[in-house]
Amino acid sequence: MHLPSFIETQVLIIGGGVTGTALARDLALRGVDCILVERDDINAGASGRNHGLLHSGARYVAGDRDAAMECRAESDILKRVAAQAIQDTGGFFVAVQGDDERYIADFPAHCARSGIAARAVDVAGARALEPALSEATIAVFEVPDASIDPFRLSLESLAQARSLGARVMRRTRVTGFEREGRRIRAVRVQRGNGGNEVRIVASQVVNAAGAWAREVAQQAGVPIAMTYSKGTLLVTHTRLAGRAVNRLRRPGNGDILMPGGTVSILGTTSTRVDTLDDIQATAAEADLLVEEGARMLPALATMRYVRAYAGVRPLLGSSGAADSRAVSRGFALFDHEEDGLDNLATITGGKLTTCRLMAERAADLVCRRLGVTRPCLTATTLLPVDAASVWTGAGFSARDWMHSHHADDALLCECEMVPGSAVDAIVAGLRAAGDTPTLTDIGLRSRVGKGACQGGFCAVRTVAHLYQQGDFEARRGLAEILDFFGERWRGQRAVLWGEQLAQAELTEALHCGLFGEELRGAALIDVSAPAAPHGAANADPAGEAAP
Amino acid sequence: MTSGRGNSCDVAVIGAGMAGMAAALFAAERGLSCIQVGSGGGILFASGLLDLLGVHPVAEGRLWRSPYAALAALAREQPGHPLARVDPGAIRTAFESFVAALGEAGLAYAPLRGRNRSVLTALGTLKTTFGVPLSMVAGANLLEAPGGRQPCLLVDFRGLREFSARQIAATLGDRWPGLRCQRIDFPGFEAVPELYAAHLARALESGETRERTIALIQPLLGDAHAVGLPAVLGLGHSRAVHAAFEAGLGLPVFEIPTMPTSVPGLRLLGALERVMAARGVRRRHLSSVRALARNGNPGTMTLELDGVPGGERLSARAVVLATGRFSGRGLTADRGGVRESLLGLPVQQPASREAWHQRDFLDPSGHAINRAGLRIDAAWRPLDASGQPAMPRLYAVGSILAGQDWMRAKCGSGLAIATAWAAMEQVADHLGGAGAG
Ligand SMILES: Cc1cc2nc3c(=O)[nH]c(=O)nc-3n(C[C@H](O)[C@H](O)[C@H](O)COP(=O)(O)OP(=O)(O)OC[C@H]3O[C@@H](n4cnc5c(N)ncnc54)[C@H](O)[C@@H]3O)c2cc1C
Ligand SMILES: Cc1cc2nc3c(=O)[nH]c(=O)nc-3n(C[C@H](O)[C@H](O)[C@H](O)COP(=O)(O)OP(=O)(O)OC[C@H]3O[C@@H](n4cnc5c(N)ncnc54)[C@H](O)[C@@H]3O)c2cc1C
Repeated sequence: MHLPSFIETQVLIIGGGVTGTALARDLALRGVDCILVERDDINAGASGRNHGLLHSGARYVAGDRDAAMECRAESDILKRVAAQAIQDTGGFFVAVQGDDERYIADFPAHCARSGIAARAVDVAGARALEPALSEATIAVFEVPDASIDPFRLSLESLAQARSLGARVMRRTRVTGFEREGRRIRAVRVQRGNGGNEVRIVASQVVNAAGAWAREVAQQAGVPIAMTYSKGTLLVTHTRLAGRAVNRLRRPGNGDILMPGGTVSILGTTSTRVDTLDDIQATAAEADLLVEEGARMLPALATMRYVRAYAGVRPLLGSSGAADSRAVSRGFALFDHEEDGLDNLATITGGKLTTCRLMAERAADLVCRRLGVTRPCLTATTLLPVDAASVWTGAGFSARDWMHSHHADDALLCECEMVPGSAVDAIVAGLRAAGDTPTLTDIGLRSRVGKGACQGGFCAVRTVAHLYQQGDFEARRGLAEILDFFGERWRGQRAVLWGEQLAQAELTEALHCGLFGEELRGAALIDVSAPAAPHGAANADPAGEAAP
Repeated sequence: MTSGRGNSCDVAVIGAGMAGMAAALFAAERGLSCIQVGSGGGILFASGLLDLLGVHPVAEGRLWRSPYAALAALAREQPGHPLARVDPGAIRTAFESFVAALGEAGLAYAPLRGRNRSVLTALGTLKTTFGVPLSMVAGANLLEAPGGRQPCLLVDFRGLREFSARQIAATLGDRWPGLRCQRIDFPGFEAVPELYAAHLARALESGETRERTIALIQPLLGDAHAVGLPAVLGLGHSRAVHAAFEAGLGLPVFEIPTMPTSVPGLRLLGALERVMAARGVRRRHLSSVRALARNGNPGTMTLELDGVPGGERLSARAVVLATGRFSGRGLTADRGGVRESLLGLPVQQPASREAWHQRDFLDPSGHAINRAGLRIDAAWRPLDASGQPAMPRLYAVGSILAGQDWMRAKCGSGLAIATAWAAMEQVADHLGGAGAG
């Protein structure tokens, strides 16, 4: 496909996380034309690597009252307008023997001060509701925490933005800015891996690149003071608690266990990192989480874990603070006017919970600069359901399939109940947006690869299905499987012991032992053919290039 | 030696994977009385292909046409590898005798020709292997035909989700232009969305279903010189089913191994069970060994079994540990490290969990954890912490052994069969002439 050397729009949004996608929707609802560019895929950054906790604010009542109140207000709004992405599980704050009694005693008053409804629950009653809680539990409060599916939120925000004319360019990375006086004249982006370069000419540019916002701003010659904090999370094999369970103490490691469909997610850690390259969960972090989490929920010590992943939080402000949890987790909107630019803004920091508000503030600034007077509509307009985006949640897949199952619609993944029709819907959605779907794209938009087998079985079926539907041709399936396992594997290394190690071994026996995928191109060579490039006695390598 | 009775035997084999089966077979062939404990193991997942050694060195992904040449290189370059400890002549004998036993039990293999073959997989890759079931060999023959690859038809069944003929044809298309594909409805299962290979295999043992299937394929043949199908051509009677397809279609027909649970794995397990019965191996296939100890009575060991009401005790003069790795349950890993599951034998392993796995799943050099395992002495006896044999008559075989990566080296069955053969030679030696009570 030949792209024009430049594309014009009113607003260019850089970054397709929850903030950028919320911004695209906000602007589109105000009738502003925009393009969103995302280096990788939607929610490839922190937005796809978080806890999925829609904070009531209770976690921040002691340390950061503003953040607490912001969370309270925003979680109320999202529960109204984006109900399909939220499970109103409620949350417990739980203290165990040895936890700071002062903190526990002050907690209800702190919550009250921030307007957060916290109700004391007697320990026996709480343990009846959540039997996994430790016998050493000494205090429990109930708060209006909930669970939110950030993939669904972003995908449906974008789907609506798109329906209103917004354009989305995935796998498109910002590589440079052309400045002219106090304005950015054009932004250079590169499409795909080594693809062509395109210039985007926009009246306003918003940098919503999350932890990468510093890098992006730097390309425009603008400094942002930012450090990074890496957080690791573990996914359990089965769900341990129905509510969001928080440790009732000053925020620390392994404090939160979130329900996520059929699994629980344990997190997080918080470690300063200096670079954003190759962020992976480590064995030591997994150990730390298991040990800390088990103090509140002892079964976590013997639980089977299927996955570990790590995300990076941008921390704004001083880089000297010793504890990265003490640095502000509030968000920041930079107008960059003091930096000498009138059409660039950066919106970063904050939380998943506050992404709508962050987008509203950024959109307000942009609209003011554009002279657009229409008000923000996202706090009151319901987020429409999008057929291609409903497959991200575990519970949904099962429910929907049971209702609509018919003879032609086989399940591709039995653990997570993903039927072929789901894959078809996702493919159709991507194609409608002008994209070429990959197996990894399908993984992000569905539960394929998310169950115990981590794709060992369902990825093979999904690829077979895609060939059958004519979506894949030639040797594409092999290449896609390699990519997909690469991505899935990053999340497995840290939790491979016990049962999950046995599962990984079986996957390897199949994919290497039988299919020989690690041999890449050599897996297509016939060793016995006389024409093969090796002699009878000391046969030698396969000698052909990888596909 | 005498044939043991009741609960005592010359050799108790713990494990019923490929290694345990081979060990029990070779024990019986040497006239040792044998009891085997354990259920099916990895065989149910296996493809039916018997690898000997396909890749060496693993890090280079080098494929070998001759497994024996590969073994020689392995012996030179990696003398600690368990396969390198077995005499190549013995490996040849062991394979011949293993394949012959399967043949007697109704599972025929193509004659072993001292060289590796390539077999088409469900992913469209070519697998380098050694022993090829007769039902799959036409595909290998077609691949290596001197005059170039002849036109071939691949057929699959709607609903068999892990097998797409179209995928295979697309993947190999540029190297095999005459490869075509067709999808048909499996007779009698037209309204079923999800088909399972084992159900189809059983259905094809009925003459009527077979005839209807053949009739559906017949008009699709065109210029095909052979027909490839997913491996579903019968279970216990696969030979007859395969022959009926070849006769009905008038062409060579070959099976392509599928994802687990695989029909060839089921057949292999069934055949091995028949072999065990025919050779008088007593099986405790519902039991597992809970404890193993040396007996007061010098020269014997006691095995305590779980799995049957009230448990059971066995007495054996020698014990072969063929309990496999993590999925077989022979090794146990927790966050702190790896240990051998039954006796807590020391396991050679990386220093920390962070070093168990590479950062890339398909890293060419493989994962360090897969080379962890039991260390043994020259007589195949696992060592204790002091470096001495843990027990005088305890032997270890198969994938539990350290210093190998069977998944990357394509040597799974080879490792099982060769080490079982070599260890049994030691067992026979050590037990001398006297039989069990
Ligand atoms: C471990 C962890 C747990 C968390 N848990 C919670 C929680 O439970 N609840 C909660 O409310 N919040 C949570 N958060 C915070 C929340 O995840 C983030 O605040 C939120 O996801 C940030 O979204 P974003 O869109 O601003 O940034 P991101 O999601 O990081 O998006 C930035 C995007 O920009 C793209 N990009 C980068 N550079 C370029 C470029 N040059 N060109 C184009 N695109 C580019 C990236 O690929 C990325 O997709 C957590 C964060 C972490 C790290
Ligand atoms: C997916 C897959 C694909 C394969 N493909 C091929 C292939 O293409 N070619 C090939 O040659 N081979 C293949 N194999 C088979 C492979 O050769 C063997 O599985 C492997 O060598 C391991 O065999 P093993 O007997 O050492 O261990 P396992 O097969 O793991 O057997 C261990 C046995 O020990 C038993 N056990 C463990 N503890 C106890 C106890 N306490 N008491 C009693 N019993 C116990 C288990 O129940 C089991 O029966 C494949 C295997 C798998 C899993």
